Amino acid sequence: MKILIVGGGMGGTILANNLARRLKSELDHGAASITMLSASDKHMYQPGLLYVAFGRMAPDELYRDQQSLLEPAIHFHVDPVETFSLNENHVIAKSGKRYDYDIIVIATGSRAMPENIPGLAENSINVYTEQAALDFYKRLSEFEGGKVLVSVGVPHKCPMVPLEVTFMMYDFFKDRGMLDKVQLHYTYPIGRLHSLEPVGKWAQKEFDRLGVTYETLFNMKEVDGDKKVVYSEEGTEASYDLLVAVPPHKGMEVIESNGLGTAGWIPTDRHRLNVEGHINAFVLGDTTNLPISKAGSTAHFEAEALADNIASTVKIGTPVRDYDGKVFCFIEAGKEKATYAMFNYNNPPDPKPPTKSIHWFKMAYNQLYWASARGLL
Amino acid sequence: MSEKKVIDARGTFCPGPLMELIAGIKQSEVGEELEVLSSDEGSAKDIPEWVNKVGHDLVDNFESDGVWHVVVRKAK
Repeated sequence: MKILIVGGGMGGTILANNLARRLKSELDHGAASITMLSASDKHMYQPGLLYVAFGRMAPDELYRDQQSLLEPAIHFHVDPVETFSLNENHVIAKSGKRYDYDIIVIATGSRAMPENIPGLAENSINVYTEQAALDFYKRLSEFEGGKVLVSVGVPHKCPMVPLEVTFMMYDFFKDRGMLDKVQLHYTYPIGRLHSLEPVGKWAQKEFDRLGVTYETLFNMKEVDGDKKVVYSEEGTEASYDLLVAVPPHKGMEVIESNGLGTAGWIPTDRHRLNVEGHINAFVLGDTTNLPISKAGSTAHFEAEALADNIASTVKIGTPVRDYDGKVFCFIEAGKEKATYAMFNYNNPPDPKPPTKSIHWFKMAYNQLYWASARGLL
Repeated sequence: MSEKKVIDARGTFCPGPLMELIAGIKQSEVGEELEVLSSDEGSAKDIPEWVNKVGHDLVDNFESDGVWHVVVRKAK
């Protein structure tokens, strides 16, 4: 049984390592093989970019060699896929090499696309790439006061970022004694401050307490960098001195160019995670079109369910469980307090008041992540 | 008339039905219809509110067997 994993991010890596352990005997005896194809020999801990943006982590802390994270039995190649042939059970990679498979898992991730909103890329800062996070810190450090506008595109990766970046900016300016010179103004696409209703209600109380102003039903249409104004699809506008964007995201271009899914999101069965119409092709993490959070924890829990099912398919010929929609997101509520939201398809979240202990657990998880990627946590 | 797109947002809390519709509309052509399926009663109110504010067309809005169906036509 040839298992091919396309993508070396959180989902693909956790899946590969889980499978390598479950299928140790089959791998040892040649009854199964696991191959991973990735675009990079490095693995980035993407949630760490938020801390880079506030000068609390250095970029090199976010990287490990991908090979070092993988079980030795996994065949790893830096050779990104260019052509998917799901009906013929093979892919063609950048090197020109053809990889045949019995089971394929596509976990190519997503990318921020500020250029998809006119004027946004050249007039805003964000936390979604290493360079963007470094630029964010530089611009924030140089900011001398005025109106900071947080504006949110749809869809976006990591649904807590809009709130986290706002709370962390509040503490950043507070530490510098600048709160009297800064107005934080938060906008959000739907009619409350967060898609999770209890999180939105909590955030509204916090914003009122801190003096953060806000506007809902605000979807960015275009940015006028000369006037320093963001115009919304709803016909309103918001001015800024510093524009902090959560840019809209898309899936990877190779997904679109292969006709696998509009905007790079692959139509996916919400329980079995197979590509719709294909029983031996699966999708993980941001790459799915599932209406759930695009977050590392989503990829993590999907990978665990899929590892169980692929391993059982190899061993007994059938999958054994459904993915239940589980998501767990930490929510940084400033520089030293945090809470979390956990939910699945059937159970809504019930976030508790932020505490220091949850913040420190998040800090610990920033290091524990490497054990998680290895499939140990 | 193009085929109606269905956004099955049942049983999802984040990003939620309205955010899924906003993303779906961005990927659609003017005149296309999108039907949102939601298990959240609030969708019957908050989706029309946004649709009216932006200026799209609300085509239908009904509940059937515990699922709210909100049909929207992209108008611009």
